[in-house]
Amino acid sequence: MTEPIILSLKVALIAVCIDFVIGIVVARLMARREFMGKNIVESAIILPMVLPPTVLGYGLLIFFGKRGLLGSFLLENFDFQIIFTWWAAVLASAIVSFPLMYQSAKAAFSSVDISLENAARTLGTGEIRIFLTITLPLAWPGILAGLVLAFARALGEFGATLMVAGNIPGKTQTIPLAIYSAVESGEEELAKRLVLVITVLSFAALFWLNRWSKEKIQGWKKGSENNA
Amino acid sequence: MLRAEIRRILPGMTIDVELAFSRGILVLFGPSGAGKTTVLNCLAGLQKPDSGIISLDDKVFFSSKDSINIPARSRRIGYVFQDYALFPHMTVKDNALYGIPGRCKKDQGYRMSVLEVMEMLKITHLQDRYPGQLSGGEKQRVALARALMVEPDLLLLDEPLSALDFTTRRNLQAELKQLQRIWRIPFVLVTHSRKEMHALGDEVLFLENGKHSKSLLSTRVLTPLQMAV
Repeated sequence: MTEPIILSLKVALIAVCIDFVIGIVVARLMARREFMGKNIVESAIILPMVLPPTVLGYGLLIFFGKRGLLGSFLLENFDFQIIFTWWAAVLASAIVSFPLMYQSAKAAFSSVDISLENAARTLGTGEIRIFLTITLPLAWPGILAGLVLAFARALGEFGATLMVAGNIPGKTQTIPLAIYSAVESGEEELAKRLVLVITVLSFAALFWLNRWSKEKIQGWKKGSENNA
Repeated sequence: MLRAEIRRILPGMTIDVELAFSRGILVLFGPSGAGKTTVLNCLAGLQKPDSGIISLDDKVFFSSKDSINIPARSRRIGYVFQDYALFPHMTVKDNALYGIPGRCKKDQGYRMSVLEVMEMLKITHLQDRYPGQLSGGEKQRVALARALMVEPDLLLLDEPLSALDFTTRRNLQAELKQLQRIWRIPFVLVTHSRKEMHALGDEVLFLENGKHSKSLLSTRVLTPLQMAV
């Protein structure tokens, strides 16, 4: 029973790391830049959230499959095939959970007062330092919220994962897939235990997020009352 | 000597400003929406004029003719924003020292030490507080300290006193004047208060919002007015 749990956590954590890096860059660009076709790009980014996961899975198969654009390239040059490995599960989870990370991060970046960044500029500061010392710390609560939501979503990913990573016990069988297999083969006890584990894990993540964001807000208020 | 010819086309109006002044406090006076802040932003390098030239002494910051546009961070122009724009997640000390790499001014050719600037603005006792814990007047001092700490060649102030109560405003008015005399760099100050203009301005530029602003070619007239102070 531990195999799917460890695999699920590993897949979700790596997927969220990918979401984090790409999400920060893309959200920052979209929050501050105006360009032609911005609405189209934005809709495309959010699309994985509303499409059936099977559609994404099929898309990934076409793209990363043996004859796929990137799949054939990887196979020919690096002798590496991503389909039906746990990396495919990472990929599917990362794409499905990305919109959650992106939306939170974009809202967080947009809420940072631009005059703070401008003030730093007039003090002789370069853009990278401004981002690391002003923009990122002030947007952090929103970014963290996005990370937690993306993690919970990645943990529960089923459809796209099944299509690109398969359902190979000990290799690509994450918790949701293990539950499906257990129910199918009549292993009621195993299914119940796994259901409990993933429910507790997801609940804990969301509960912590809720409590933390409330404490954060109260902390700021308290701080100003105590010392004023 | 600060020289600027700024032409900036905004939706619905065009800003056309010419100014030249060398010392003291130049007050940009005009009603809200006259484009005063836009002029400051152009001087600071936060907005790009559509055409014109901006220079301070022998340094050219912007010239549309020669395609020069020095970024804000390299202009050495201090800016005190209307809402102070203090970094809310940093203490007063961290705010004041933000522009000093390594947080130490020793051996870097600065005229004044960190402590001297903090003392002059009377914020030393506030150094461990956060901006959310300060009064309006205190915030203003911290914003001034932060801008002056890097020892800029020119200081821009956008409605620096508008958010303050009467007493604080009167005190800070006197201090601003004194600060300029000590620092000996030109200040450009934006206000819509006639009182402030009289109290602070060594020179005044009226920025009048032309009533014919519907036409894109409408220009606002700027009248330099020498004020005897």
